Amino acid sequence: MEVLQQLLKTFFDWQAMGEVIPEMLTVGLPNTLIVAVSSGFLGCIFGLVLAVMGISRNPVPRWIARVYTDIFRGLPAILTILLIGLGFGPVIRILTGSTNPLPLGIAALTLMASAYIGEIFRSGIQSVDKGQLEASRALGFSYTSSMILVVIPQGIRRVLPALVNQLIGLIKDSSLIFLLGLLASQREIFQIGQDQAANTGNLSPLVAAGLLYLILTIPLTHLVNFMDKRMREGKAQKIEPDEAAALVGKGA
Amino acid sequence: MSEFKSGSLEATNIHLAFGSNKVLRGIDLHVPKGTTASVIGPSGSGKSTLLRVMNRLIEPDQGDILLDERSVLQDNPDELRRRIGMVFQQFNLFPHKTVVDNVSLALRKIRKMSKDQAQAKAMEQLELVGLSHKADSRPGNLSGGQQQRVAIARALAMEPEVMFFDEATSALDPELVKGVLALMTDLSKGGMTMVVVTHEMGFSRNVSDTVTFMDGGVVVETGSPDELFTEPKTDRLRGFLSDVL
Repeated sequence: MEVLQQLLKTFFDWQAMGEVIPEMLTVGLPNTLIVAVSSGFLGCIFGLVLAVMGISRNPVPRWIARVYTDIFRGLPAILTILLIGLGFGPVIRILTGSTNPLPLGIAALTLMASAYIGEIFRSGIQSVDKGQLEASRALGFSYTSSMILVVIPQGIRRVLPALVNQLIGLIKDSSLIFLLGLLASQREIFQIGQDQAANTGNLSPLVAAGLLYLILTIPLTHLVNFMDKRMREGKAQKIEPDEAAALVGKGA
Repeated sequence: MSEFKSGSLEATNIHLAFGSNKVLRGIDLHVPKGTTASVIGPSGSGKSTLLRVMNRLIEPDQGDILLDERSVLQDNPDELRRRIGMVFQQFNLFPHKTVVDNVSLALRKIRKMSKDQAQAKAMEQLELVGLSHKADSRPGNLSGGQQQRVAIARALAMEPEVMFFDEATSALDPELVKGVLALMTDLSKGGMTMVVVTHEMGFSRNVSDTVTFMDGGVVVETGSPDELFTEPKTDRLRGFLSDVL
């Protein structure tokens, strides 16, 4: 009974949670979302560029995309964040006078996300049937227009579930920017929980942080499952018989 | 009087090799304005490749292509393809766009029509193939025959001078073939210049003006349908006809 009491107090001290939750919602949540969403958005843009370079017929951009992807997919997130965040911090301070580490954290996460998202987009684009490009070229569209209007939109649609998975990863990885030394107002969900836990010697604030992450990620996980299922099974659709052909073929 | 602004098409001495594999070995094909040429032959004989060379989806190694008696090999290939409509075995409609958008896309982006103009023109073409009531459907919700008719409308909307059909009915269920063939027959009778790669011997025999039999990358026989179907001169054509008829 005593053990149970101890565990409950360590992890589920409602009072400790209650104290930390307002700050988590007003400071931590917006910062986490800013970091995750902006690196996700920028990662999509650079990822698309990498994907297009990766399928280029010219070996130079293809090679550049390959090397970039290999490097930033192969490094641990924590290492990239430290190298970029700490390494470029002084440079940014000299150039802009800003000491805010958040942009560099976003930059580091973007570099990694671009590599993953680039591969996701590339696989999607390459899975589009060759006939689509051929039909589009046959209408008189250039290679570039065909890719932009016909092939890439279809490729991206197919990999939306994988893309949402990547966003879930970014929400979680955004916690790593605590390594860059954040001011009170720059802290994201994890850091606020961590600080409070350190101050009180109780882990409940971290559990609260965990619950908040789950509130963000679980709906997204289910969105992935839903999209995945719908793509495999297709929307319920009804194929009507071809009236005209039926008339010619079978009728009277 | 033709309802299409069709032109003549001529390919001379076309050679094409993929590595050491010689796919086309000196093909000549002459399609006078307003006529329909069907190209028959066993699979792998280079028929579909010939179509792709004639609109420069694949560049020939050697030979010339003349549209309206003028060589087009120096032109921008995109410009050439705007003058030649192509219909594929697998339809290749754009699944992420509605039927009417499939037809109007090139009108807006290439012909630079306004959205309304392009829409109106697309509806006109869909009317022609009997599918204006499907304008807002997705291609995936249409039968194969309907999809192929939309693909024909999409090609016709660009007002091509020549139409290519690459085994346009081969992927269709038997009961859907007739609707598409009827449409192709109408186009042919309407004076469209057409090159039809087909396994439909009935169409080849009854609708086309000339028939070309290809095998192994060369033209083995060419002439009127009567000549080829009733008096084949070569063993290869006789063998092919006895296999397919």
